[in-house]
Amino acid sequence: MANIILEMKNITKEFPGVKALDNVNLKVEEGEIHALVGENGAGKSTLMNVLSGIYPYGTYTGDIVYNGEVCQFSKIKDSEEKGIVIIHQELALIPYMTIGENMFLGNEKGTKFNVNWDETYAEADKYLKMVGLSESSHTLIKDIGVGKQQLVEIAKALAKNAKLLILDEPTSSLNESDSKALLDLLLKFKSEGMTSIIISHKLNEVAYVADHITVVRDGSTIETMDASVDEISEDRIIKGMVGREITDRFPKRPDVVIGDKMMEVKNWTVHHPKYTERKVVDGVDFYVRRGEVVGIAGLMGAGRTELAMSIFGKSYGTNISGELYLDGNQVVLKNIKDAINHKIAYVTEDRKGNGLVLSNPIKINTTLANLSSLCTRRVIDRDAEYQVAVEYKEKLKTKCPTVEQNVGNLSGGNQQKVLLAKWMFADPDVLILDEPTRGIDVGAKYEIYCIINDLVAAGKSVVMISSELPEVLGMSDRIYVMNEGRMVGELDASEASQEVIMGCILKSGRGE
Amino acid sequence: MKTSLLEGLKKNAMLVILVLVFLFFTVTTNGQMFSPLQFNALITQNAYVYVLASGMLICMLTGGNIDLSAGSFVCFVGVIGAKLMVNLQLPTAVGIIAMLALGALYGCVLGYVIAYVNVPPWIATLAGYLALRGWGIALMDGASNISPLPQSFTKMFSGKVPDIFGVQGFNVTCFIIGIIVSVVFVVLQLKERTTKIKKGYEVEAKGLLITRCVLAVAVIILFATKLAQAGGIPFMLIWVAVIVLIYDFITSKTDVGRYFYTMGGNTEATRLSGVDTKKMMFLAYLNMCIMSVVAAWLTMSRFQAANSTAGTNYEMDAIAACVVGGVSAYGGSGSVFGMIVGATLIGVINLGMSLMGIDANWQKVVKGIVLLGAVVFEIVSNKKKTAANK
Repeated sequence: MANIILEMKNITKEFPGVKALDNVNLKVEEGEIHALVGENGAGKSTLMNVLSGIYPYGTYTGDIVYNGEVCQFSKIKDSEEKGIVIIHQELALIPYMTIGENMFLGNEKGTKFNVNWDETYAEADKYLKMVGLSESSHTLIKDIGVGKQQLVEIAKALAKNAKLLILDEPTSSLNESDSKALLDLLLKFKSEGMTSIIISHKLNEVAYVADHITVVRDGSTIETMDASVDEISEDRIIKGMVGREITDRFPKRPDVVIGDKMMEVKNWTVHHPKYTERKVVDGVDFYVRRGEVVGIAGLMGAGRTELAMSIFGKSYGTNISGELYLDGNQVVLKNIKDAINHKIAYVTEDRKGNGLVLSNPIKINTTLANLSSLCTRRVIDRDAEYQVAVEYKEKLKTKCPTVEQNVGNLSGGNQQKVLLAKWMFADPDVLILDEPTRGIDVGAKYEIYCIINDLVAAGKSVVMISSELPEVLGMSDRIYVMNEGRMVGELDASEASQEVIMGCILKSGRGE
Repeated sequence: MKTSLLEGLKKNAMLVILVLVFLFFTVTTNGQMFSPLQFNALITQNAYVYVLASGMLICMLTGGNIDLSAGSFVCFVGVIGAKLMVNLQLPTAVGIIAMLALGALYGCVLGYVIAYVNVPPWIATLAGYLALRGWGIALMDGASNISPLPQSFTKMFSGKVPDIFGVQGFNVTCFIIGIIVSVVFVVLQLKERTTKIKKGYEVEAKGLLITRCVLAVAVIILFATKLAQAGGIPFMLIWVAVIVLIYDFITSKTDVGRYFYTMGGNTEATRLSGVDTKKMMFLAYLNMCIMSVVAAWLTMSRFQAANSTAGTNYEMDAIAACVVGGVSAYGGSGSVFGMIVGATLIGVINLGMSLMGIDANWQKVVKGIVLLGAVVFEIVSNKKKTAANK
């Protein structure tokens, strides 16, 4: 058996009122890739925060044994000195600084009073090469894509002499090809002797790279699977995560009668708001019928969000042209209010940034998009508002003590439900759902799919934008494939598969 | 689940501090603080703070935005009004309407620049802060004030409600109004509770309700008695009460008020919910400028003149009142009641220190410390709250 580089023994961490970690044990071998999986709120991130010293020694009980010695980290610097470096899910790079400046931020080259910029950039270039980035280290962070930013984060970790790399959901905002590149990079590091711990919701990726997989559930470690011994499949991992076998990851839709075209878009073109010559959406045609779920697949940056938002009362873009038909009648939606009045809802992909008011209670968030329906002469009927919030809380099975609870205190899955509740209360005919299950756990995803099924069963039309191909395939009646601002394929659910969709994208990318 | 008495006290920490500070000054000034004259002074000296802070509260709710030009605008609009009414001898009504129109005009310009041109509020209003005072003083042609203002103008704001009973030294009308207000307050409180119980909603502990009613009635009767001894209800109190009630209604009961709060919490989410956030921002600043006009009226009639120094630091007083009263400096939370407590606390500190004969400069030092202390207190107690929720 290989050398154990890290052992966490009987770690218990309590927050006021909650036991976030309960006697957790974790063993990591030197030179392996160890995956940590579990539902949201299971305690994975908390465990890694304990390890990296974000929760200092003394605020938890149990031992961390690293390279044979017991460690007591009181701050992040302590763990970094030992070579334990954590890369958080939300990237911590400063957009208006160069790659080089970011990489050595807080760790500057040179003397205390004089930063040596030549050395900084030379070193930075060296590490960039290691992660396979050809960008100059003088490039500003804002000018490179998210995928490359993630690589810069890794280069930054390498610059700190990382021996044990912890990646928290590294691919959550990356598209498939960038994700693949990142995972291959990890495999390359592994062959050079680096140890990594990766936290991920994407089970196919875990199955691809991991040597060991530890499942965390409700603050405890449930089991550790060994890739060389156990047969690892996604279903096997899911079983461990939720404690039950999910026979069907996508709920069956009761027979829904698909009706006439509810919304149709013809020759829709949108220009970038700043670089007005650039076409973000280019001559798109698509339609959705009553009672139908239409999936829009594509890579990150394909223009799907921009398409949706420009339809939704011109909330994105300039020089928008094209025709929009609702129920057969051509309409022009001047602003968002107009779009809501015409019964269109856009449920954003960024629930924290664009969707919810985190500092306000569930009640206020639920009614925000349709508050006027609760008002007489601008005065809010607070009783009615409360009842609406409770009604939707029960309908969507949102887990919360009361609807007076602030949304910021809910888990991702429950936040997503509040966001859906808000738009369902606006009573739309067409719902455009943008990445409706991003960053939420398997159980909550299933519940969201059930809600989508209920919506179409009630005669609504759903347009679902998603970067997760299994989800698009599992949920849609019809699938559009979008790439570089254009629709490059339209498939019936029966003929679609991951290969066909990727094929559409690749073909259009080659200009065929 | 019922809210306990202790939690009620914790929630109203600033109110408790206000009472303690008041008692402190009563002791240190040998009861002078408690005299009818000082109650009257507390209201007339601070009336402008409540008015400006009502407008400032709305601006701050939208995201911690402030109006630095309020004080300068009070000076400027006062000079224009005084010129019309004193130099040109125009009727009072013309002066008042012209000042309102000027407020609306400045409000539209400021609102447009901030909401639609995206100039950061503190820059746009800093420009107003510099320009308006300069312009106002320049228009005075070297005089330091324009007076006397017509009586028909000053009487509207600085008089007292006359007594209809004619008892020497005690304004009975004032006392009766105090009793009426107390009764209305208690009846409204009880009515709200019974409707809540009828509909099966969560209600606060009975003890808390009784405590609140007893305290509120005690304060109202105390003010009524003291003001009655001081000669009656000042008109300024009526102006302040009406404005404060209107803003309490807007912020807590209407959809527009709700949007100001959600904007402060998350502007983009509010915009994508179909709210015209630019228009809301525009309205916040338009409203602020109208409030500045009202503050100018109050100030002019108190000094019977338009002064070149009128309104100096008024914007800071309004911001401080809001912040001390728990209005978030980042936007999204705060209440009119909190603002009233904050404004009164600062007013009491000002008055108490003046009575003690403390140098005006040291008064500023104390106010600065109170301001910082209030914000630190708010942030620390919020942190504890969120930690407990986790």
